[in-house]
Amino acid sequence: MELFKNMMFILLTSSIVENVVLAKFLGCCPFLGVSKKLDSAVGMSSAVIFVMLMATAVTWPIYTYMLEPNSLGYLQTIVFILVIAALVQLVEFMMKKYMKPLYRALGVYLPLITTNCAVLGVTLLNLENHYNFGESMVNALGTGLGFMIAMVLFAGVRGKMESSEVPKSFQGIPITLIAASIVSMSFMGFANVANGIFK
Amino acid sequence: MRKIDWKILTNGFIKENPVLVLILGTCPTLAVTTLAKNGIGMGLAATFVLLGSNIVISLLKNIIPDKVRIPCYIVVIAGFVTILSSLLQAYVQDVYSALGIFLPLIVVNCIILGRAEMFASKHNVFEAALDGIGMGLGFTLALVIIGSIREILGSGTWFGIPVTVNLFDPLSIFVLAPGGFLVYGCVIAAVNKLTSGKAIKKKEFGCEGCPNASACGSCNGCAEGEKGEC
Repeated sequence: MELFKNMMFILLTSSIVENVVLAKFLGCCPFLGVSKKLDSAVGMSSAVIFVMLMATAVTWPIYTYMLEPNSLGYLQTIVFILVIAALVQLVEFMMKKYMKPLYRALGVYLPLITTNCAVLGVTLLNLENHYNFGESMVNALGTGLGFMIAMVLFAGVRGKMESSEVPKSFQGIPITLIAASIVSMSFMGFANVANGIFK
Repeated sequence: MRKIDWKILTNGFIKENPVLVLILGTCPTLAVTTLAKNGIGMGLAATFVLLGSNIVISLLKNIIPDKVRIPCYIVVIAGFVTILSSLLQAYVQDVYSALGIFLPLIVVNCIILGRAEMFASKHNVFEAALDGIGMGLGFTLALVIIGSIREILGSGTWFGIPVTVNLFDPLSIFVLAPGGFLVYGCVIAAVNKLTSGKAIKKKEFGCEGCPNASACGSCNGCAEGEKGEC
């Protein structure tokens, strides 16, 4: 029960209370760039969830069993980014060959994700918070879900924005950022919710 | 010897400012600018990496095979980031802790990979170094502007000196996440206004500005629909 509670706490915190995009500012580029249409927002964020889980599953053991015992912790940045890049490539090939429908849905987004700071960020945060393997996986899932929630919500907001009249200087990028600010403000309302439920 | 084009250096400040005009590197811009001081720290850290990686990539441009150039660039950049974070941890502990996770994340900063791909791989070492310094200082400038606005409005101080004590109470929303998006949006709008829309040629996030454009499949996908899916 204690374990379950802890997992739920991490899941809720990482997905909603400390939303990866709106509170931690990781993965802003795809958040602002791909959220124009709902279906591409869903596709992109499913690919992110998928890659985050895999990246965590691979980088956590590498750090804990290879880098840490040999006191090579300072190499984590180089090792992680290479592992993630290689992993994404590998998965793309495998998907293309064996899982055609999945490839058609996620394929175009995969190469983009290599340099998505949310993916590298979540693997680094797992180590910073000293999560064990299970907790790291839950954190990766929660962060990915949080990314999806933010993307889908924001795609809706941008849909509404299309039909509104915007002052000339604010057209395009500035108004998108201001809309993001308002969405982010609404997420501030969740502060301490996880603490209230589980602690 | 060819005449040196000093414009390369100044391009990054205003005309092609990476943050305010090219809209690259949004994540660190939003995350570390709660204090003007952190803006300088992040900006100079990125300048160091940008300068180093631009020089090395420009030197290696004939050796790196075209097909694996992106991974090669990433390794070079990651190497410089590792050097930098060890140096900061040893000598400037408070900057190191203020930047936190965004220090290793300089590796995936679009500005650096973007300049490697767009500039350093096509120009000689000296020009690449100038571009690195110019872009880095432009990044620093933008971060300091955004950081100052957020710090003055949000904490009532500027570089730690109280400035608004008798004027108004600090609006803490500005140092929180929503304030970051809001101030960044307004600063871009101001740049837009001042240059009467000339600076930002692309009105949306498009593939031209995206450093992954050549590596990314979704840009080819963009062609069928509208651009700006990167």
